[in-house]
Amino acid sequence: MTAAEIIARLEAQFGQRINAKNLEAIDPFVVVEPADLVEVGRCLRDDPQLRFDMLNCISGVDYLEPDPKKVAKAGFEPHVEVVYHLHSFTHRHRFVVKVSLPRWKDNKPGELPEVPSVTSLWASANWHEREVYDLSGIRFLGHPELTRILLADDWEGHPLRKDYEFPLEYHGIRGR
Amino acid sequence: MGYLEGRFEESVITTTLEQAINWARESSMWPMTFGLACCAIEMMATGASRYDMDRFGAGAFRATPRQADLMIVAGTVNYKMASRVRRLYNQMPDPKFVIAMGACTCGGGPYYKYGYNVVKGVDLAVPVDVYVPGCPPRPEALLEGLMRIQDKVRGMKYLTKNQPIDVPIPARTGYVQLPPELSDADPVKAMEKQFAFAKMTKEKATPTKA
Repeated sequence: MTAAEIIARLEAQFGQRINAKNLEAIDPFVVVEPADLVEVGRCLRDDPQLRFDMLNCISGVDYLEPDPKKVAKAGFEPHVEVVYHLHSFTHRHRFVVKVSLPRWKDNKPGELPEVPSVTSLWASANWHEREVYDLSGIRFLGHPELTRILLADDWEGHPLRKDYEFPLEYHGIRGR
Repeated sequence: MGYLEGRFEESVITTTLEQAINWARESSMWPMTFGLACCAIEMMATGASRYDMDRFGAGAFRATPRQADLMIVAGTVNYKMASRVRRLYNQMPDPKFVIAMGACTCGGGPYYKYGYNVVKGVDLAVPVDVYVPGCPPRPEALLEGLMRIQDKVRGMKYLTKNQPIDVPIPARTGYVQLPPELSDADPVKAMEKQFAFAKMTKEKATPTKA
């Protein structure tokens, strides 16, 4: 199925709950609300025409321009996105689902934004979500064990955020 | 063995106990396998047949620190790994030596500026005896580092107390000596000879049109 047919099938079921769609990008995608993510994912996985049974990758992207002089030319508002790359073995088509989140929950710096976890749908999401939590600081609700996977367990901060400051020292070893 | 002094008969050699023990120690340095990243490949290449590390006596890589006396830290050290590196170093029995192999262990290497999880040089975690720079260092460079450790062992004094320890100046300078056809006392003439040699080999190497 082409991307247009996939999107048409999703819109037939969910209608207005799909916020945005893009067919011209290299990977056509739809943008959904965080609350609808699990339902849309279940439809993508179980529908016999769609059958997206493999989750390739989950990525966390931080849209923030750290240089104040270039903010006007940036072209986006500061926010965070989670990108899900899906693939089907039976039909051999691909699709991308994106979820857009505020950078901090309730605009309080330090409180991580939340999105429901898709571990119940695709098992490979387990470690991908741990990596996104570790590096980009996005909390996944319903994850069986959301702990840091790459950095040390008592690390503070999320390095792939654009406003991350390198630590001066870690347990006595100087950092910079 | 030029430092063994005096010979009385055919099969009697005299030396000092320190020199004999140091010779035994330097000729059987058993390294601990501590390949963390890409430098481990070069360490394996050094231990393989072309650049044999076993001819220095250091071919027996021990997997356990309790039986090793040389730790070649080959590869990037993360903050997560730094505590384990220190713990394994503490588990090695004395006398122990550490080679910091590769740019990452010498001072952070390519991750010096933006590596948030990289220890900027393993000497922040363990005391290092010899630094071998390179990314990765060639096997010959690692063997030079091993020979510097052997020089350091040769200078150890522990039977004569309160003596200053003199780490001997290495007998090898690390500079390659060119054959007489390519070297000259006058540096300009030497460069001309080397250019002519390079040009001749390049002309020999260009394929002839079929």
